[in-house]
Amino acid sequence: MTGPAAGFAVRLTGIEKSFGPVRANRGASLAVAPGEIHALVGENGAGKSTLMRVLSGMYAPDAGTMEVDGRDVTGWSTAHAIAAGVGMVHQHFMLVPPLTVAENIVLGREITSHGQLDRAGAERAVAELCARTGLVVAPGRRVADLSVGEAQRVEILKTLYRGAKLLILDEPTAVLSPPEVDELWRVLARMRAGGDTIVLITHKLDEVMEISDAVTVMRHGETVGRVATRETSPAALARMMVGREVALAGAAPLPPAPAHTATSADRPALEVRELTVADPRKARAVDAVSFTLAPGEILGVAGVEGNGQTELVEAIAGLRPARAGAVLLDGRDVTRLTVHERGAAGLSHIPEDRQRRGLVLDYSIADNLVLGQQRLYTRRGALDGARIADNARRRIEQFDIRPGDPAAPARTLSGGNQQKIVVAREMGRDFSVLLAAQPTRGVDVGAIEFIHAQLRAARGAGKAILLVSADLTEILALSDRIAVMYGGRFAAVLPRAMATEEVLGAYMTGAAGQAA
Amino acid sequence: MLMGVLLAAHVVLLFVHPAGATSPTIDPNAVNIGIVFDVGGRGDKSFNDAAYLGAERAEKELGVHVRFIEPGDGSDREAGLRILAAEGMKLVVGIGFIFTDDLNQLAREYPNTDFAGVDYSVATDSAGNPIPPPPNLAALKFREEEGSFLVGALAAMVGHSKKLGFIGGMNSPLIQKFQAGYAAGVHYVCPDCQVIAQYAGVTPDAFRNPGVGKELALAQYQQGVNVIFHASGSTGLGVFEAARQTDRLAIGVDADQYSEAPGHVLTSMVKGVDAAVFDAIKRVKDGTFKGGIYTFGLAQNGVRYVYDEHNRNLIPDSVHARLEQIRADIIAGKIKVPSTLGAAP
Amino acid sequence: MNGRLRAQLEETILPPIVALLIAALVGDLLILVYGQSPAAVYRLLIQGTWGNAYGLGQVLYKTTTLTFTGLAVAIGLQAGLFNIGAESQLAAGGFAAGVVGAMLPAGIPSVVLLPLFIAAAAIGGGLVGGAAGALKAKWGAHEVITTIMLNFVVLALLNYLTVAHFKVFDTLHTADIRSGALPRLSAVVPAFHGSAANVVLVLALAAVAAAWWYLYRSRAGYELRAAGLQPGAAEYGGVKVSRVWWQAMLLSGAVAGIGGLNFVLGYKHYYEDSFASGMGFLGIAVALVGRNNPLGVFLAALLFATLSQGGLAVNAVVPKQMVEVLQAVVIIAVATSVPEVRRLLRGARRSAAT
Repeated sequence: MTGPAAGFAVRLTGIEKSFGPVRANRGASLAVAPGEIHALVGENGAGKSTLMRVLSGMYAPDAGTMEVDGRDVTGWSTAHAIAAGVGMVHQHFMLVPPLTVAENIVLGREITSHGQLDRAGAERAVAELCARTGLVVAPGRRVADLSVGEAQRVEILKTLYRGAKLLILDEPTAVLSPPEVDELWRVLARMRAGGDTIVLITHKLDEVMEISDAVTVMRHGETVGRVATRETSPAALARMMVGREVALAGAAPLPPAPAHTATSADRPALEVRELTVADPRKARAVDAVSFTLAPGEILGVAGVEGNGQTELVEAIAGLRPARAGAVLLDGRDVTRLTVHERGAAGLSHIPEDRQRRGLVLDYSIADNLVLGQQRLYTRRGALDGARIADNARRRIEQFDIRPGDPAAPARTLSGGNQQKIVVAREMGRDFSVLLAAQPTRGVDVGAIEFIHAQLRAARGAGKAILLVSADLTEILALSDRIAVMYGGRFAAVLPRAMATEEVLGAYMTGAAGQAA
Repeated sequence: MLMGVLLAAHVVLLFVHPAGATSPTIDPNAVNIGIVFDVGGRGDKSFNDAAYLGAERAEKELGVHVRFIEPGDGSDREAGLRILAAEGMKLVVGIGFIFTDDLNQLAREYPNTDFAGVDYSVATDSAGNPIPPPPNLAALKFREEEGSFLVGALAAMVGHSKKLGFIGGMNSPLIQKFQAGYAAGVHYVCPDCQVIAQYAGVTPDAFRNPGVGKELALAQYQQGVNVIFHASGSTGLGVFEAARQTDRLAIGVDADQYSEAPGHVLTSMVKGVDAAVFDAIKRVKDGTFKGGIYTFGLAQNGVRYVYDEHNRNLIPDSVHARLEQIRADIIAGKIKVPSTLGAAP
Repeated sequence: MNGRLRAQLEETILPPIVALLIAALVGDLLILVYGQSPAAVYRLLIQGTWGNAYGLGQVLYKTTTLTFTGLAVAIGLQAGLFNIGAESQLAAGGFAAGVVGAMLPAGIPSVVLLPLFIAAAAIGGGLVGGAAGALKAKWGAHEVITTIMLNFVVLALLNYLTVAHFKVFDTLHTADIRSGALPRLSAVVPAFHGSAANVVLVLALAAVAAAWWYLYRSRAGYELRAAGLQPGAAEYGGVKVSRVWWQAMLLSGAVAGIGGLNFVLGYKHYYEDSFASGMGFLGIAVALVGRNNPLGVFLAALLFATLSQGGLAVNAVVPKQMVEVLQAVVIIAVATSVPEVRRLLRGARRSAAT
């Protein structure tokens, strides 16, 4: 291991942490120098978040030692960690939406006068903190009204308000648009300049290269290496993460779109006309969106999350009612059909949230591999166990799902392998249109490579694919055309050749014009 | 690990034998008696508890050994009787009319065991004649109408009003018996008096609704009623509450309910379940038990009205004397007390 | 045995066993507080239940009712619904069968009538359960609230109907069923003489098998369980979750209703007001302890039936409440250890938050 020999801000050695039969950390270690931005990378399920939760006092390690600023703090509590200036900003925000920014930030450490919350005092303190850190949010606004990027700033401010000197950020960019990411990097750099230490959990290697000073790579619960950022490369890091050579997204150029036959050119595989969708909070979460998708084409939908992508995909899939407009599959109006009927009509769907929608986590791999197609595996009301088992055997082998035991519950699999179940099921069925929503979210580098290859192959076979992703790299690597969704509308639909991160980023924040 | 500790602790405790631990089932040196209460009956402060008192007295005075069973669901009634009969009890008692069918069956199956049913309902044949119970089964019936007649006469004599109140629980033949006797008693001493009779409902819940009891009572007092007789289980607690609130009088039922509203309870029409149970046990002990229908009226002291130091000041001596006279007349058969409303004038 | 299977087995078997041990310990202490010897009381409890044919018969009788109410609650829980209404569904099923039976002339063979009785009881219970399910599916009314409220409404209604219209004079029960009543087990095994155990036990066993097949082997069961575990995923899988919900409640109510036959058709041959008070609520405990698995439900029903019958047997030395406390301790201990329950509570919190 490299790095300074003494004076670590954090030093974790030999950390063991098991959850039942799952060993999340097996002798993991981490050494962070004071005043550095330290990236912690690894595939999904490598044990990064577990290790950080041990550090922030949420879990007690089964074995190993923890030192912070040279002091032994093994197995401390969150209260101790906060008192010692260690704070964690979680991937999922823990804010109270109806309260204001200032109220959220001071929650648990309220400034009171005569037992009453001193609202003005709280807002002053928060405004002062904003000015000092450069994290700008209006203290008096309600959190419910904030954008995702602003909410994240509030989370960071909350942690800093409690006196954090060592800040742990768990995948902070997953929900941000490119300008918001840039803004975050500026804030972190400023904090580093002020002497704070930052640990950044991520699996995006370009971020690691851009912002960090040092990198620790984890694999299978173990620490496989610690390197200085300037001495490494994305390819080298990817190799350390996966344990073999990996083709990174964007590396392989997309082959030209297959020649369209006359009939397919006449009739798009999927047509969406003036589709308007409501969600509980917004009357027009999707606002009169129209587009067509040809066979053999990938239409990428970029955008900051929460701009209507989820509602758009779910409305096409039949999971949400359309308030207005129509959805046509191969020229047939399916707007009023059920999820099952649309599936039978050739619609396949990789949902964005595999844990909630895509899988029944307590069902076996085999049972999950027929979810949505259970009627095809039924004989006189009974499930056809033999055919389900046969299907499972084939898909497991074809998509290299691990572990390969068809009876293992989906819950016990890593994120990447869970996603492989979904992809195997949705791409293994007979379909003409695939809705792929965040198909590689939270999936490790090796599985990303595999899933991208599958999507390309489907495109080559003349399937139409609607690819929704928050990951611009992925959108740019796979799409023939790219739409940017903003405020429930398509702010732009661009041919791949015209799309760059800068152009898309402008549309994603609504900065660029409304022209489409 | 955890399991081992739990198991060890359990095994240790299992063999602790506290001093005074009884050997349960039957006492070979005593006459053994079994009593099965109604479902949820124990602690009702009236009927079932009265049976318990009678049995307790028998244990003390007669030296018998009594075992009680509190059933859980409907099938437990028969099971309770059966367990007791199978264990060799001399007498098995079921408390409540709901035991009627079970007692009939058990009495036939165990001809050498004596049975008794409090409020046992005697079936009638197609001609309307009562069908006698099996020879080893005693039906313990009460003439509630006779006691009600007396408290009705008392209410009319001290009520200072031409209106008298009656509040029943569930509207059913059993409670109508109370009403019929009460009304007849009122009219006996005051032919032009009016009895306002109301019921809390038509389901057994009407016996457990003090709120309704209070509302009905307040309305009756409002109309000029000064005395209300209730036959409505715990619904009557609301009647007493109303009596306290408006400073009027109420008459208790089943047991002496003086303590529910001291100063406002004119008297109580006491049903002697305890005496009946004691009596049945005593006859078993003496070897004089016989099946058949036993009716407990004024003559047998099976029903009575309360007259003691608590309510003596509410009942003038002259009134008490007249009441005693009426009582004697009923026992002597000079006054015929109706037991159904239809028979009332 | 491979590791996962073994872990699964431990996960399934251990919590109930630990719960039972804890309950036994609490029971020891209670008995000691009462000044009695635990060993003697437990001996009495066993003698009064499994120790003689009559006691065993009574246990089997109670097991029959509890199996039906336990299955009813388990089916609901598998669909993610907490059916607290088995109590009134059981009563409604028994009432329907009792009323139908009272109207039949004598002399029709049981074989012909059994399907009719099953249908009547299923419809009676199913109506009550289905009503709660429809309220949930249509307006999102929480089934816990609606089934609790329906308990009051239905029990009061049945009570009124029985008392006001159907009862035999001076009783709380309907007229005798003159044909189609089922024989007691003592007709086959004379040792059971006197016990209420009857042929409906066979129906209960068949219901266990059918429920197992339905839940784990049929497509409907696959969809039902998916809707219970992850409604979002079930919806994605083409399942109409709201329809599954009301169908599950309908089925749950119907199963509880058929349980009413045990008393009405197998034991007394008439419907009696509040004939099985508490058996519906105890069904919740049976389902939880049985881990919502039909076979587990049957075993748990045996356990609770034993405790219930044993309560009568030990009634002479310790009050009935002691056995009720024991049952409560089993329920609490199992409830806090069973993952399904923990998940259900988590789910309830989550849905309350949104």
